[in-house]
Amino acid sequence: MAKEKDVIIHVRGLKNSFGEQVVHEDLDLDVYRGEIIGVVGGSGTGKSVLMRSIIGLQTPDAGEVTVFGEPTIGRGETEATDIRKRWGILFQGGALFSTLTVAENVEVPIKEFYPKLDPVLLDEIASYKVVMTGLPPDAGPKYPAELSGGMKKRAGLARALALDPELLFLDEPTAGLDPIGAAAFDELTKSLQRTMGLTVFLITHDLDSLYAICDRVAVLADRKVIAVGTIDELIALDHPWIEEYFKGPRGRAAIATQEAHDAQSAGAPQGTGAD
Amino acid sequence: MSDAASFSDDSNTGTLRFSGSLSLARLGDLPERLAAYDGRAERLDLSGIERLDTIGAWTIHRFAQRTGATVEGLTPDGQYLFDQVRAADQPVRIRGEHVPAFTRVLGEVGEATIQAGRTLYGLLGFLGATVIAFGSIIRYRRFRFNATVQRFEVVGVSALGIIALMSFLIGIVIAQQGAVQLRQFGAEIYTINLVGRLSLRELGVLMTAIMVAGRSGSAFAAQIGTMKLTEEVDAMRTIGVSPMEALVVPRVLATTLMMPLLGFYSALIGIIGGGLLCWASLGIPWVTYVQQIREVVPISDVYVGLIKAPVFGAIIGIAGCFQGMQVEADAEQVGLRTTSAVVQGIFLVIVLDAFFAVFFSSIGWL
Repeated sequence: MAKEKDVIIHVRGLKNSFGEQVVHEDLDLDVYRGEIIGVVGGSGTGKSVLMRSIIGLQTPDAGEVTVFGEPTIGRGETEATDIRKRWGILFQGGALFSTLTVAENVEVPIKEFYPKLDPVLLDEIASYKVVMTGLPPDAGPKYPAELSGGMKKRAGLARALALDPELLFLDEPTAGLDPIGAAAFDELTKSLQRTMGLTVFLITHDLDSLYAICDRVAVLADRKVIAVGTIDELIALDHPWIEEYFKGPRGRAAIATQEAHDAQSAGAPQGTGAD
Repeated sequence: MSDAASFSDDSNTGTLRFSGSLSLARLGDLPERLAAYDGRAERLDLSGIERLDTIGAWTIHRFAQRTGATVEGLTPDGQYLFDQVRAADQPVRIRGEHVPAFTRVLGEVGEATIQAGRTLYGLLGFLGATVIAFGSIIRYRRFRFNATVQRFEVVGVSALGIIALMSFLIGIVIAQQGAVQLRQFGAEIYTINLVGRLSLRELGVLMTAIMVAGRSGSAFAAQIGTMKLTEEVDAMRTIGVSPMEALVVPRVLATTLMMPLLGFYSALIGIIGGGLLCWASLGIPWVTYVQQIREVVPISDVYVGLIKAPVFGAIIGIAGCFQGMQVEADAEQVGLRTTSAVVQGIFLVIVLDAFFAVFFSSIGWL
């Protein structure tokens, strides 16, 4: 294995604007293979717009974006299918197809890219994906309207993971989940990342998620990525917004939780040894 | 690129050696080959594979389960993934229960009947609720003047153009068809009776009602439905604003009051359209046409149209708002309810029109 970092998402000089309002200008970002990168920023700093630009849903005014070494800007609906096979996207509200059941939703991408797959295997794949994402076993035949918010997210994740992608985009996956559900979702993301060697592009406001699972964090402010690094590196930068973000009351609480968690997991084996 | 997934078997030792990339993209015919394999299988050696994803792991897991073989040679990461996939092997329902076609059709007919009954019941209830809302608006003087006037504009003024065009063309068509038939009896002059009476009594109001149902009834259902989805309606309730008063009454009032105006306007334009054809095709001068209209059209025809119009308007408005308020759960329902609003509105208008026809002829307004 080459130790040199393998760049999966490469963004240079990105510019996005809506009318008069400039959202991004000269934005640069690199995402490396196998990492979980958290993207944070105040409301309206264009986190979702950045994700949409990377996956080619939003055509930027300027700049270049490559994913897996291929440009994504200006590609047609039918082009760039190779990249689309290799990524999975979880939208904020789940974006499940409302006329299809959960199982059918999971099967859509597989059917789309591998139409010749055996239907029995297809159903089996859908069912273990449903279980892996933590949905109850009877969720398969349900329609999205019958699911709670958290279950919709899980079903959305099951669909995003249907093709065993290498790159996963998560747009605020833990927003609107209860703390237990959110922690379970973090665990799930981490374990999937470990299991499948995923690269995860995670947009979040959840400080606990950032501390618990992110390898690096990119901070969006002033229309660009002002800093990328581990949380400790970011705090050391002395930027007022970053300072406030991580050291505000919520940031401190998240640090405390994380430290307690670390201490517990470090202490646990010794504890059992002493008994 | 990595090689396609494959395996070679050694029947003596019962060891299957897998190679290539066990991933969805490179799986190829491996599942079929494994399903068809019926030799000895005791050990599945995965040390030679290049890549493993959950689908590859699942395929191996399923085969191992069928043959009772053990899986070996996995890297730690691969083993972790394999264990995760194996842990996810639980009985899961993928499809709903299968129901025989005959039973299902019967069930659907039954459900549709119950649904139709419920809708009618609900609509009656909604009519009552609207009347009560009217009552409380009058009692507490909470009339929302601006909201109502704005609806007047959307329902009435904005519809003037399209209704004029439609009525004008319909006037021409009636006159033209009437003239062709009446000419056989040398009675072309009665084309004027036909156009004048039909426009004022029936078509002006009926066609306008259809147009208003399509333009405004659907818009009401979609607007209110979307507001239900985004919880705007709930937000209104919590701050003490009654959605019946704020959303429904202005809309129903707008259709009720605009319909007679639009209907009368439509009848006039229809008569102008008919007059144009009479002048151009039958050579009847405008002056004669207008004089004839005044002679042959009894004032009761105008009353018939003007009495029916507000009733139709109220029905369209109530059907639209009622369907909008029924939206729950998802965006698909907004579409369904909007369709229902239009269909229901037009259907009820035509049913009522038949009742009115019988009623007016029995009181002697022929």
